[in-house]
Amino acid sequence: MSETSSPHHIVENIGQSHYKWGFETTIETDFAPKGLNEDIIRLISHRKEEPDWMLQWRLDALKTWQAMREPTWAKITYSPIDYQGLHYYAAPRRQSNPKSLDDVDPELLRTYEKLGIPLHEQKILAGVEEVEGDSQRSPVAVDAVFDSVSVVTTFRKTLQEAGVIFCPISEAVREHSDLVQRYLGSVVPVGDNFFSALNSAVFTDGSFVYVPKGVICPMELSTYFRINARNTGQFERTLIIVEEGASVSYLEGCTAPMRDENQLHAAVVELVAMEGASIKYSTVQNWYPGDENGRGGIYNFVTKRGACRGARSRISWTQVETGSAITWKYPSCILQGEGSVGEFYSIAVTHNCQQADTGTKMIHIGNNTRSTIIAKTISAGRSESTYRGLVRVLPKASGARNFTQCDSLLIGDKCGAHTVPYVESRNMTAKVEHEATTCKISEDQLFYCRQRGLSEEEAIGLIVNGFCRDVLKELPMEFAVEAQKLLQISLEGSVG
Amino acid sequence: MSSFLEISNLCAQIKAEGQEKHILRGVTLNIPAGEVHVIMGPNGSGKTTLSYILAGRDAYEVTSGHVTFRGQDLLAMKPENRAASGLFLAFQNPIELPGVNNAHFLRMAVNAVRRQRGQEELDAVAFLKQARKVLETLSMAPDVLKRAVNVGFSGGEKKRNEVLQMTLLQPSLAILDETDSGLDVDAMRVVAEGVNRLRSPKFSALVITHHQKLLDYLVPDRVHVMTKGQIILSGGPELAREIDQKGYAPFVKGA
Repeated sequence: MSETSSPHHIVENIGQSHYKWGFETTIETDFAPKGLNEDIIRLISHRKEEPDWMLQWRLDALKTWQAMREPTWAKITYSPIDYQGLHYYAAPRRQSNPKSLDDVDPELLRTYEKLGIPLHEQKILAGVEEVEGDSQRSPVAVDAVFDSVSVVTTFRKTLQEAGVIFCPISEAVREHSDLVQRYLGSVVPVGDNFFSALNSAVFTDGSFVYVPKGVICPMELSTYFRINARNTGQFERTLIIVEEGASVSYLEGCTAPMRDENQLHAAVVELVAMEGASIKYSTVQNWYPGDENGRGGIYNFVTKRGACRGARSRISWTQVETGSAITWKYPSCILQGEGSVGEFYSIAVTHNCQQADTGTKMIHIGNNTRSTIIAKTISAGRSESTYRGLVRVLPKASGARNFTQCDSLLIGDKCGAHTVPYVESRNMTAKVEHEATTCKISEDQLFYCRQRGLSEEEAIGLIVNGFCRDVLKELPMEFAVEAQKLLQISLEGSVG
Repeated sequence: MSSFLEISNLCAQIKAEGQEKHILRGVTLNIPAGEVHVIMGPNGSGKTTLSYILAGRDAYEVTSGHVTFRGQDLLAMKPENRAASGLFLAFQNPIELPGVNNAHFLRMAVNAVRRQRGQEELDAVAFLKQARKVLETLSMAPDVLKRAVNVGFSGGEKKRNEVLQMTLLQPSLAILDETDSGLDVDAMRVVAEGVNRLRSPKFSALVITHHQKLLDYLVPDRVHVMTKGQIILSGGPELAREIDQKGYAPFVKGA
């Protein structure tokens, strides 16, 4: 029958790229010379006017990294990364600690405008800045990181009044040196893995958040990472500390221009939650995924970990991973405090030639600690997606509980989905549950939707969004809407 | 408009290898605008295949014949375009869409069809208002809108959900594939009334059923008997009653 199609030939379509964030900003950029050695690190540290301890820390990290090997256990293949062929520092030239938006290069402001990132506080507060549709966005404080530097951080005054510190980490290293020194590397040690060591040596910017005792952060905090410069790696570092009884919700987003070459992004994120504290960390990762033949795209090697140090503390990771050529990422929780709670909600979409190896680790140390893992994996095209998760219950974690659910959805028959759960329980009273399903979008479902008037792409978007519902509902409202659209866009061209 | 739906000498086979080949062996059927036609016939006679082919389901290959619907070559259209031009298929086994909110699905469908028909889309409020009204006439609980499409629905709820969709999408041709099967008398009446409510000079229906009972509520203009991929006999409503009493055997033998 003519003009009808089925999932069998969905994969064939080689459409044009739908990555609409792929433009490049033309701006004068200062680069550090290519390569990685002590001099480069001294240069980065000097540019950022860091105290001596920070420089020393970086230099030690470099030594650690030099003695390490790139890990090979993940189910990903990529051409070797030339670590000496990269710039480790790139900053827009005009940028010199702007005091307000007026000091920021207009070209940069236009870039964020194009990306839809709200930077104008007054406009947002006055409700002038509207999101698509009819609803108004509630104010969100934004730290905008462009290549190696933070361009601007909004709503700092409002947050300051509440006692919340939200600033670029390079500023925190100078202004809140004691806090940074105390916590940096305390959750993700320098030598934790190859990429964390690399990041510790060369990290350039990222966000620092400190929420003091008893404070409920008055607005959503977010950081928007943008890679622009060529042949440059981005090594961001984020540190969030939430004191007793305090709470914060934080979101990060990321995009990059479309390029034929691969670019490296190796971030480290550390979260610390004290007694009764709660941290909700959401990610919408939309780095350039490469083209339909697997040319270009970001290599995304990220270490994210949260420590529930205090009793009844809670850390919740929610991630929507649609971008990057390679994703290697396992946001984890160390559940130390009695009755602390760790959560991981994930949607990972791979299309064309993307590869994702992602999951979580839940380390149960304290009594009655609880964790929930819900991972939704969607593979299309010739992509490969792996869920890799570890649930470890230590001998003293009596009454620990974990529930894991991993669902994979395949679109077409040339992609792969894999689930690799590790469970290690050393306590007889612990309860660990694991459920996993794999399904394909059935022809019945597609036909049913199309018979009701939906196009094949609308139908797939609808079914995929339904499949991800359990995770989408964990995202802050505004972002859930964006994430839904993103899912649809990411899978555009997955039908023939 | 006499040539509302014209099926001429339609032959089709299933695509999958190793499967029994010819399912339709020359089906010819005309349904004028405003008429309700019924197809009856033993299991495996090709009734469901016919409905799938009309709606544009892949997996069948039309080997000869053609179908025009409102003057257009139906078989050349995509399923969603057939839906937009007014064709609705109520499924024998409605499909489950896990996690997809029923109200959301219904509104997307209604708006997709409205868009293709050049009508303005309905906003959430206007849509819900309309949907609630229809729910009432179908004696369905309003919470059905909040559930995932057909997931955890009883057999009766699924069928009513099909009628709900049909009513909201306002088709000009509804094909009901054994929508009455497995229903109790009350539910059957709801389905029949659902169709009756749509009856107008601009609405036609092709009803596939085994039950004379349904035809007590839904009086057809014509009844056709289909066996082995062909329509072997056509008549008025009395033909259905005759089959109900004597079974298919005497008719099949005569063919």
